[in-house]
Amino acid sequence: MTGLRYLKNVATLKLDQSACIGCGGCLEVCPHQVFALEGKKARIDDRDACMECGACAKNCPVSVITVDAGVGCASGMINAWLQEHNVRGMKGGSCC
Amino acid sequence: MKITQIKKIKRSLKKPHSDPPERCCCVSNEVDTAPCCGPRMVATGGEITDKVPGFISWMDFSTGKVPHISASLTIADHFGACMARWGFNRMRHIVPPGLYAIGAPGLDAPVCVTANYKMSYDTVRSALSGRNVWLLVLETFGVNVWCAAGKGTFGTNELVRRIAKTELHTVVNHRQLLLPILGAPGISAHEVAKRTGFSVCYAAIRADDLPRFIDNGMITTTDMRKVSFTTYERLVLLPVEIMLAVKSIALISTAVFLAALLADGYTAALMMVLAYLGAVLTGIVLVPLLLPWIPGRSFAVKGALAGVGWCTLLYYCAHGSSWSLPTTAASFLALPALCAFHALNFTGCTTFTSRSGVKKEMRVGIPIMGSAVIIGIMLLIMGRFL
Ligand code: SF4
Ligand code: SF4
Repeated sequence: MTGLRYLKNVATLKLDQSACIGCGGCLEVCPHQVFALEGKKARIDDRDACMECGACAKNCPVSVITVDAGVGCASGMINAWLQEHNVRGMKGGSCC
Repeated sequence: MKITQIKKIKRSLKKPHSDPPERCCCVSNEVDTAPCCGPRMVATGGEITDKVPGFISWMDFSTGKVPHISASLTIADHFGACMARWGFNRMRHIVPPGLYAIGAPGLDAPVCVTANYKMSYDTVRSALSGRNVWLLVLETFGVNVWCAAGKGTFGTNELVRRIAKTELHTVVNHRQLLLPILGAPGISAHEVAKRTGFSVCYAAIRADDLPRFIDNGMITTTDMRKVSFTTYERLVLLPVEIMLAVKSIALISTAVFLAALLADGYTAALMMVLAYLGAVLTGIVLVPLLLPWIPGRSFAVKGALAGVGWCTLLYYCAHGSSWSLPTTAASFLALPALCAFHALNFTGCTTFTSRSGVKKEMRVGIPIMGSAVIIGIMLLIMGRFL
């Protein structure tokens, strides 16, 4: 994506390169071109561009990618917190 | 909000099988339940009949009938899309899941997969105008591909089930499915292949690129793989954002108006409401629109900057030099904070913010915003006694 970049050094994306079989699946699904193939191994090329969608982890046939996936949305997290603490009515609406 | 509380949220978000507190696209739902972004009640697409949008005729197969649908959209389709963007009638903005035929597809025709949100269905069929393709629509409870993939409803299980239900292996003689790249967070390609024999090919991000992809010998080019977030793409998200916030804005505006009316009279009350509404709308509308041009990576920072901009504008247009010191200080504290809060909310709509990033922004930002608003209110009250 040109121009729009989010916070640095927050993405939880991890890759265990030693077990990678170089199938290229992660390169195919990542909408932000986070990975690059180096010989027969994938490499994280641009971790800060990762939006933690989880597509790469879900499509890696040998499960060597981990990421704390989920769509981040502030009101959803606030709602979850309010409900957990039984605060009702404040933010009853939905998000997104 | 304290760090421990954030940690609790994190934990609750991680338990997909506990009852999610709020059905929201951000809280992972149990697979196959209807989520919040779609209709409020559990709405399913139902069965395919001759009432499906764009229906032309039935195609008969030994295994059943498949509707042949038009690839051109009618005025009613466009009108419905417009209503849905404003959040009206979303309940009915859904199509039945199943197999559809565009053009005159045969045994070799490609199979494209999409969600049963009517706008997704419309976008794909109009992009495929003039082609002969099969369209396999999954039950995502009227939610678009990207949101549904995040929740898992546009997922491996549903795809496998839909392939079996439509007996796709008898309809085509190849074994390949074309999926939108933004559906990948819900689908495990190797698992689908193992369970059905169909290989999954992530074709492109945008449906508009499908014809180009097919013409390119079913090969994705780099630009088809890049997600975009153009001004127009941001613009069309705004109506629903506004509609979602309307209730809380109306409540808070009324409260602000009444409080200021009792304290300082009619003119002051109107001014307060105007200042509040301006800050909120700057956060909800202006920040998303001007996103690439407002400095900073953090949405809260972008929002706060825009809020300072709004407050400065107000200061110059509303005789700021005559404001008392506490009023001025309160405005420059509370308005940017409100704006920042609403700007931070927009992270849920983007295709480039990460959950860890939003958590970090909230951990740092929410206490600051809360304090700024509270100090602002205290200053306003104190100012009356000076
Ligand atoms: S989580 Fe999504 S954005 Fe991040 S690397 Fe994987 S596919 Fe790319
Ligand atoms: S999908 Fe997994 S195995 Fe394939 S290249 Fe990426 S990391 Fe390696």
